[in-house]
Amino acid sequence: MNEAAWSWAHAAAVLPELLVGLRITILATVVGMVIASVLGLVVAVVRRSSLRVVTMPIGFLVEFIRSTPLLVQLVFANLLFTQFPSLAIGCVVLGIHYATYMSEVYRAGIDAVPKGQWEAAIALDLPRSRTWGAVVLPQAIRNTLPGLGNYAISMFKETPYLFAIAVVEMYTAAQQYGAGTFRYIEAITMAGLLFLLLSYPTSLLVRRLENRLA
Amino acid sequence: MPENDTTPAIQFQGVIKQFGHNTVLDGLDFSVAQGDRVTLIGPSGSGKTTILRLLMTLEEADGGLVFVDGEPYTHEMRGGKRVPIPEKRRSLVRRRVGMVFQQFNLFPNMTVLENIIEAPIHVLGKPKAEAIADAEALLDQVGLAEKRDERPTRLSGGQQQRVAIARALAMEPDILLLDEVTSALDPELVADVLGVLRNIAETTDITMLIVTHEMQFAREVSNRVLMFDGGKIIEEADPETIFTSPTHERTQEFLRAIL
Repeated sequence: MNEAAWSWAHAAAVLPELLVGLRITILATVVGMVIASVLGLVVAVVRRSSLRVVTMPIGFLVEFIRSTPLLVQLVFANLLFTQFPSLAIGCVVLGIHYATYMSEVYRAGIDAVPKGQWEAAIALDLPRSRTWGAVVLPQAIRNTLPGLGNYAISMFKETPYLFAIAVVEMYTAAQQYGAGTFRYIEAITMAGLLFLLLSYPTSLLVRRLENRLA
Repeated sequence: MPENDTTPAIQFQGVIKQFGHNTVLDGLDFSVAQGDRVTLIGPSGSGKTTILRLLMTLEEADGGLVFVDGEPYTHEMRGGKRVPIPEKRRSLVRRRVGMVFQQFNLFPNMTVLENIIEAPIHVLGKPKAEAIADAEALLDQVGLAEKRDERPTRLSGGQQQRVAIARALAMEPDILLLDEVTSALDPELVADVLGVLRNIAETTDITMLIVTHEMQFAREVSNRVLMFDGGKIIEEADPETIFTSPTHERTQEFLRAIL
């Protein structure tokens, strides 16, 4: 006799394990986004420099990271830095990968600050640090909040790649449950539902933020 | 500070400014005495605004020298060559020059008060309490004391421009540049802004360089009017003379078109 195609008992049983994995998923997303937001901002500001010795190598690095798959970067970094825990490597690689995208969001945000703001800062003889810190960035970062939210959702959905370096986040937890019970369908479905449950309301929130800032 | 009253507040010597192939200023010479109120008039593209922008270092001249209070500003002659002056020295001269823009350019992320105290605190190093007290006095002077904690975007254009004037004055400039400060305003708001400027002209000895299409204002406030055309001064006189009996044909045409 065939087993039932869908078992509610397994769907319920996998849930506690998925929730443990979800904590790692959220941790990786939060830490990754913090790294991406800070590093992305640094890259965006530095790339505006007129010194080609600075902008050229950074430009190359950004293109390099964007042109190679996240999965390859994760596995590569994990092989290279065996002395660090996989979770830490995962967070940093996610952060650096997304920093290259965040830097574009910041660049657009900085470009959207009207020229008159820079000119007023010059007319008041504000030092560069104040021009950036008190005038330009506060306005630019406001423009980047929706982009930041969208990349956070995107990163959240890409955390299953951490499977490749044996970090037990939610997807890996589902895989492990499946491997132990051969009930993959329940495990993966429930994991998918949990992803949806978190990312969809967040995307609605980001859209509302977009409308409010527009 | 000026060495004495005969040192011009502003002096241009053979200043050249090109945008691509377009020569906007072609060896311009002129000077403005201490405390003078000079209005620059002329068709658009004649280089009036460029002069203000050069004085604010928003543009860089391609040739010639600019002096403020007798000091070389962005470039100087050394060993017979025109060399740029380092930013640190430029900055000290720039501090004596204030500018009010057509589009106000207030910082939208700061309150009215914060806009005004930003530079006195972070450029002049004024103690915060003193900067606030001075800013409040200036706001009072421009009739906006009650708007102190508002965001600029909540103010009318005329109010924003008066805040921008207060912000420029908070740096206690020797020279004030006014770049078409009423051009972006609804007609009913122009009078308040001009009233504030008239008051400054009457109560201070700040040197003023004005680009405006408000000929009545130019007439009331300035003691000299320079008519620009093709990057050169083609006529200069006191306002009464230039507005009632201009001698140059281009001036006559321009004034006929604008009045």
